[in-house]
Amino acid sequence: MQLITCPWCGPREETEFRYGGQADLAYPADPSALDDEQWARFLFFRDNPKGTFAERWCHDAGCRRWLRAVRDTRTYVFAETGPYGSFPRRSARPERSA
Amino acid sequence: MSRVDGYGRIDRTRTLAFTFDGVGYTAHPGDTLASALLAHGVTTLGTSIRLGRPRGVMGAWTEDPGGLVQIEEPFPEPMLLATTVDVVDGLVARGVAGQGRLAEVADTARYDHRHVHCDVLVVGAGPAGLVAARTAARAGLDVVLVDDRPTPGGTLTGTETVDGRPAPEWVDAVVAELAAAPHVTHLQATTAFGHYDDGFVLALERRGEGSDGGARARDHRIRAGRVVVAAGAIERPIVFEDDDRPGVMLASAARDLLHRHGVLAGREVVVFTVDDSAYAAALDLRQAGASVRVLDGRSEVPPGWTRRCAELDVPVEAGTDVRGTLGSDRVRAALVGESRREVPCDLLLVSGGWNPTAHLFSHVGGPLRWDPELVAFRPAGELPRTTVVGAANGTYALADVLREAGGEDAPTAPPEEITPRGMLWRTAGDPARQFVDIARDATVADIARAVGAGMTSVEHVKRYTTIGTAHDQGKTSGVLASGVTAELLGRPVESLGTTTFRPPFTPVPFAALAGRDRGDLFDPVRTTAVHAWHVAAGAVFEDVGQWKRARHYPAPGEDMAAAVLRECAAVRGSVGIMDGSTLGKIDVRGPDAGVLLDHLYTNLMSTLKVGRVRYGVMCGNDGMVFDDGTVLRLAEDRFLVTTTTGNAAHVLDWMEEWLQTEWPHLRVRLTSVTEQWSIFAVAGPRSRDVVGRVFGDVDVSNDAFGFMTWQDTTLDGVPVRLARISFSGELAFEVSVDAWHAPDLWARLVAAGAEDGITPYGTETMHVLRAEKGYPIIGQDTDGTVTPHDLGMSWAVSKKKPDFVGKRSFARPVATDPQRKQLVSLLPTDATTTLPEGSQIVALPDDGRLPPPPVPMLGHVTSSYRSAALGRPFALALVAGGRDRVGEVVGIPVGDMLIAAQIGGTVLVDPEGARRDG
Ligand SMILES: [Zn+2]
Repeated sequence: MQLITCPWCGPREETEFRYGGQADLAYPADPSALDDEQWARFLFFRDNPKGTFAERWCHDAGCRRWLRAVRDTRTYVFAETGPYGSFPRRSARPERSA
Repeated sequence: MSRVDGYGRIDRTRTLAFTFDGVGYTAHPGDTLASALLAHGVTTLGTSIRLGRPRGVMGAWTEDPGGLVQIEEPFPEPMLLATTVDVVDGLVARGVAGQGRLAEVADTARYDHRHVHCDVLVVGAGPAGLVAARTAARAGLDVVLVDDRPTPGGTLTGTETVDGRPAPEWVDAVVAELAAAPHVTHLQATTAFGHYDDGFVLALERRGEGSDGGARARDHRIRAGRVVVAAGAIERPIVFEDDDRPGVMLASAARDLLHRHGVLAGREVVVFTVDDSAYAAALDLRQAGASVRVLDGRSEVPPGWTRRCAELDVPVEAGTDVRGTLGSDRVRAALVGESRREVPCDLLLVSGGWNPTAHLFSHVGGPLRWDPELVAFRPAGELPRTTVVGAANGTYALADVLREAGGEDAPTAPPEEITPRGMLWRTAGDPARQFVDIARDATVADIARAVGAGMTSVEHVKRYTTIGTAHDQGKTSGVLASGVTAELLGRPVESLGTTTFRPPFTPVPFAALAGRDRGDLFDPVRTTAVHAWHVAAGAVFEDVGQWKRARHYPAPGEDMAAAVLRECAAVRGSVGIMDGSTLGKIDVRGPDAGVLLDHLYTNLMSTLKVGRVRYGVMCGNDGMVFDDGTVLRLAEDRFLVTTTTGNAAHVLDWMEEWLQTEWPHLRVRLTSVTEQWSIFAVAGPRSRDVVGRVFGDVDVSNDAFGFMTWQDTTLDGVPVRLARISFSGELAFEVSVDAWHAPDLWARLVAAGAEDGITPYGTETMHVLRAEKGYPIIGQDTDGTVTPHDLGMSWAVSKKKPDFVGKRSFARPVATDPQRKQLVSLLPTDATTTLPEGSQIVALPDDGRLPPPPVPMLGHVTSSYRSAALGRPFALALVAGGRDRVGEVVGIPVGDMLIAAQIGGTVLVDPEGARRDG
């Protein structure tokens, strides 16, 4: 069982965390502008690299905050963790609808 | 008796009584079952699993592949090693035929977990571990020292000297220093059985039968800054014909039995070795009174040892080997050399060298490398947080061990002579009688078959032959199998390596892993504030997630069907009351609360006026329904969201996820208030009268208190919220109050409804009433592949909002396929059959019989009940293109029958909605 460093709580047991999949896949600014294939890629396709991978984790049984982590999928070793949103994201956030 | 005076750490002043295979024996405190039986000359403990050959003790501890027993008293446990069972008064044990049986009674003993944090965890309290622990303790570190045997010292038996003192004296001094040191925890009888990431080690502490009322065992979950593996080494046998016969034993085991338990395992001893270490066993047994002969497989024998042997009249033969054994239940002679000369013996000691016990290094990915000088695989390479010292690292000479573990602080020991070790996996003989894994009855012939079948990997050979898969996990047979395989393949053993070591190092009872998380403590049980009333009213409960919900309230003599029909009739005829407190409730607050809810619900929430209620559906990005519920607007910047009972935590997580990861700019805060608010549904045509009686200040008329509105009021100063929400189609009120005042308010509503015959109803009745109205239950009528449109809820999907979660997916071709499964009702045409939920739906053939498979499936039944209002059974179902099939008759296989049922719209009761306002 690994230790994962929560940016707010420090190193904590892996079982306190929930995995949230690949990071930096922002919700498209305007989903209606995407064709079916583009939308399907957002919905269903995820990277699966052998090596460094940016991931989302949630400190579920702790502070309940989401964090962003960079982990090596070969060794499981976490290179870094930080607050979610503290790293640049690939595409823009959706416009506020009100 | 083969007990020897002056040897062993047993308490001879006290005698314990035990039975084995129905015969009574005695033992002393400090005895294991193995040592006590050997002391009485009992060498055969059971028979082998496949061939029924006699089996006895071959190792002195957890490495023993042979001495399996079943314990009957004090508590039944299957397949323990006699070498690891401490004798207690009243112990009842028996031998097994390779396999034990699980207890048929519940284990009533207590097992505990402990979470431990330390700077340094030292595994093993032999010379290396003791020195490492002492060094860390002297540096002021938090130290945990665990050792699997009952007493410390490891292989220090009493004949060695450390720092010029007899080893036991030195051990006692180190243990005393550790006991006096602050921040040191020293646990014996504690096996570190698994090593995981980041210094996490699981260790099982065996605490005996808990005469003090304490736990039988403790599972220590240790998080260590650094792990020092000082677990020693395990001696390796040599394979020869009939090497499985009781009386064939590792040289170290005989020495251990003598020095720990004062047991001389044989009187006429042959020692067959290719390693110097067995000479110590030979001399110790000789000095304890046995006659001993050494057969050294090497042509060059150690001169120093040979000289000492000569002094004690122990003949040493060089360059010879053992080819087989004679005897029945116990060895009676060794067959020596090419000529298979008979050398009489009652104990045949074997040493093929040693394998470092590097399991805890391997568990975390530490590689092992073949060392030709050591004739063993040893740890190679560095691991963060992990150090291996002493014999576990392939360092065998005591002086070297102490230096490696203690550095500058190390004690000293006299130098030892070392003669080059021999590499000998097996001697010449019949492969079918050469046992490699005696726990599995697996021989060299089995390995040859695997190799003949084309296997070249030890992992494959292991699975083909089952070598190394028994209780001992190949502690003595694993590397041996690698060596024999290499020999058969004609390849160097280093090219084969070992099989992977995985936790647990030794068997661990499930009860110890479970600890106190059993029975009532296995999973939390959640009850509502009114639970005691439901119990007193005779409710039958069902589990919904962790909640206990009243399912129905049977009157005397009623079964569930009768109770539910009565409860349904009461709600539709007069008034009923249900405890809906388990509904998830989330307080959504902040200036952007409406914006967030517009993103997450399929319909508009931001336009909801304060004081009003709206039903909403939530979908995932894939457009599939994942929850539903009502939303109350409490203030411009505040909503109360309700969720299904089972999904409350998921919905809160879902909302948080979006808020934190996608729209952190939104000024919204989410708070779970599920347990703060109790909710009661008062439903039925008389519900207005009942609520009006209790809340005299509130105008409950339809004009003043319309459908899907809420009002706050007080009752004797206690805040109460009333809402016109109906999940039954009847005139209904939801009454919300804080959990503390909930039992009182429930009682007042029940009392106020007495004149109308108010009837408490449970979740089953609620399910029937909602199904009669075609209201789906998310998770029952849906399964994650159902859109709002499939449910006939296009009305709940906004066409105005530019986007919301799920919207884009509604435009995918798969979502607009007219053959998607849609929610419909089914009325069995016989008007009597209640279709089993989950039943498949097929086209009804003309002859009314189910054709042979394959039969195309049209859908399945999602909900099915008997209806008091309809006077017949009915069902909801997901049917391909269902809405276009209304009026069609389909078939549902039920047992051997094919039941016909007509498809209809989902609303079967009061389709005009005339009953809603009373
Ligand atoms: Zn945290």
